[in-house]
Amino acid sequence: MKHADQTGIVQTTSSTAAAPGTAPTRAGRGRAVGWLHRNRRRAGGERVASGILMLCAAVSILTTVGIVTILVTEAAGFFARVSPIDFLTGTRWTPLAEPRNFGVLPLLAGSALIAAGAAVIALPVGLVSAIYLSEYAPAKVRAVVKPTLEILAGIPTVVFGYFALTSITPLLRGVWPATELFNAASASIVVGIMIIPLVSSLSEDALSAVPRSLREGAYALGATRFEVATKTVVPAALSGIVASFILALSRALGETMAVVIAAGATPRLTLNPLEGVQTMTAYIVQVSQGEVPVGTIEYRTLFAVGLTLFVITLAMNIVSGLVLRRFRKVYG
Amino acid sequence: MNGSTNVATIGVARERDAVFEPRTRIRKVRGRVAATISFLATLVGVATLAALLAGVWRDGAGALSLSFLTSFPSRFADQAGLLPALVGSLWIMALTIAIAFPLGVGAAIWLEEYAPKGWMTSVLQTNIANLAGVPSVVYGILGLALFVHTLALGRSVLAGALTLALLVLPMIIIAAQEAIRAVPDSIREGALALGATRWQTVRHQVLPVALPGIMTGTILALSRAVGETAPLILVGALGFVPFIPSGPGDGFTVLPVQIYNWISRPQPEFHALAAAGIIVLLAVLLLLNAAAIWIRHHYSKRL
Repeated sequence: MKHADQTGIVQTTSSTAAAPGTAPTRAGRGRAVGWLHRNRRRAGGERVASGILMLCAAVSILTTVGIVTILVTEAAGFFARVSPIDFLTGTRWTPLAEPRNFGVLPLLAGSALIAAGAAVIALPVGLVSAIYLSEYAPAKVRAVVKPTLEILAGIPTVVFGYFALTSITPLLRGVWPATELFNAASASIVVGIMIIPLVSSLSEDALSAVPRSLREGAYALGATRFEVATKTVVPAALSGIVASFILALSRALGETMAVVIAAGATPRLTLNPLEGVQTMTAYIVQVSQGEVPVGTIEYRTLFAVGLTLFVITLAMNIVSGLVLRRFRKVYG
Repeated sequence: MNGSTNVATIGVARERDAVFEPRTRIRKVRGRVAATISFLATLVGVATLAALLAGVWRDGAGALSLSFLTSFPSRFADQAGLLPALVGSLWIMALTIAIAFPLGVGAAIWLEEYAPKGWMTSVLQTNIANLAGVPSVVYGILGLALFVHTLALGRSVLAGALTLALLVLPMIIIAAQEAIRAVPDSIREGALALGATRWQTVRHQVLPVALPGIMTGTILALSRAVGETAPLILVGALGFVPFIPSGPGDGFTVLPVQIYNWISRPQPEFHALAAAGIIVLLAVLLLLNAAAIWIRHHYSKRL
């Protein structure tokens, strides 16, 4: 067999289909030969179809290869000029103006500040609403709240940026007049709101997966609904909840437009949320908006920062998946 | 021996009983407070959505008009419109889906119907899951380096559509896989038993049944693509496009990039335009989602 590498089932199928032709009656021989021909043609068509479909699946691998290759090769050009140690430990980021400094810490700190602020909002709110939806909510409330959260998740991020700049920032400046027009707090708040649906829907999946028998056991021991939720269901679903938290943080780090619009473009090492900061994502957008010639060090900063962002978010996504798989309690 | 332990256990239990206070009242109150708080937390998302929509409508409804939809952008806020952005978004949507739909469905069919279950499939599956989590701005970097520069497509509609196609591909693959997996095996077995080949089974039996699910997932992926801003800024969607793209090789802008451009201007008149643009963008999204819901509803009834 020349095509032994084909999947087993395709072979089985064609040999079964060939069965009527293998032992033909005399009168039926002419037709049987026709059968055989069609079978051969069909087997050929099968191989073409299977090959094309496999190429489609290969595109996703090629995308990953493309992302990694491009980020690494261009970043290598950058790190040939700037030492990775200076890049990772430098506290000044001024790549577009003399004197140039390529310390990525201000961008990392900006991303971390905004992600942390978003987490302060989204993790508790998301988890508590997941508990409400899974343990308390009557069907009618669920029927309203769940689609609403889906709509919230589908709002484009540029719209959240507008909301931050025109509604939240004025509010913050009303309370703390020292707030800058572009500030980390405003961006944190909208990014937090944006990732609430992610936390609540993934956490709710984890909570709903806890078997009924555990709840019934706790009720039978006299626990109140609140105690069942906090002392039985949440601990049992902890791996899923933690996984959703990590995934949400990774999403917050990768969030771009809301941060570009609301947090400004000042790379700055600060913990003060009322000041403007620049995140890794915001820097990438800022550079790409100007005309930066290919091959220059400015152009390559794009890939160095992009690689940093890619590695961090990928690591978090992988950790989230591991937590989910490693610590999943199997009931049943 | 046995009897004495029993007595001892009962003794301990008695002692505990004497100490145990159910405190039912306080526990119930605590439960009720927690229920209220968790309900309020659930409302945070709903309330924000309402505030956001109300704010956008308040700012933008006044700037909405027919001429806003049919005019070119302008330095003067009262003459500016978003025709090029609207047409650009339609171009990008059409091309993105033309590229991503066949690739995504093909990949899903291969993974569900052809791929031998083994390490290779699980690597592919993990890879797809991880691609879905890559920040969109990284896809923009890929598009800039690969499509704009290496393949020399320039800052064109095609480069933008290819970038977004790669971005939504994992979403389409995952949705199509779920739809294909939901097709009962009896349908496949019936077709194979009648002598159909694997591809004939997929083409004539599995796909028609899975199609509504695939379409729904594809439309949701498309609505993600319509709202994407950052990757298109990277591949060169411009803020000021005084022409309508006439082919895949032309420069372009899209609704969210135009909106961003207006937001980033300091004058309040342009913020009103941004809000009006947001209303148009949300209307497009609403139409897409309504279509998805309609397809899901319509076809799930017929099956």
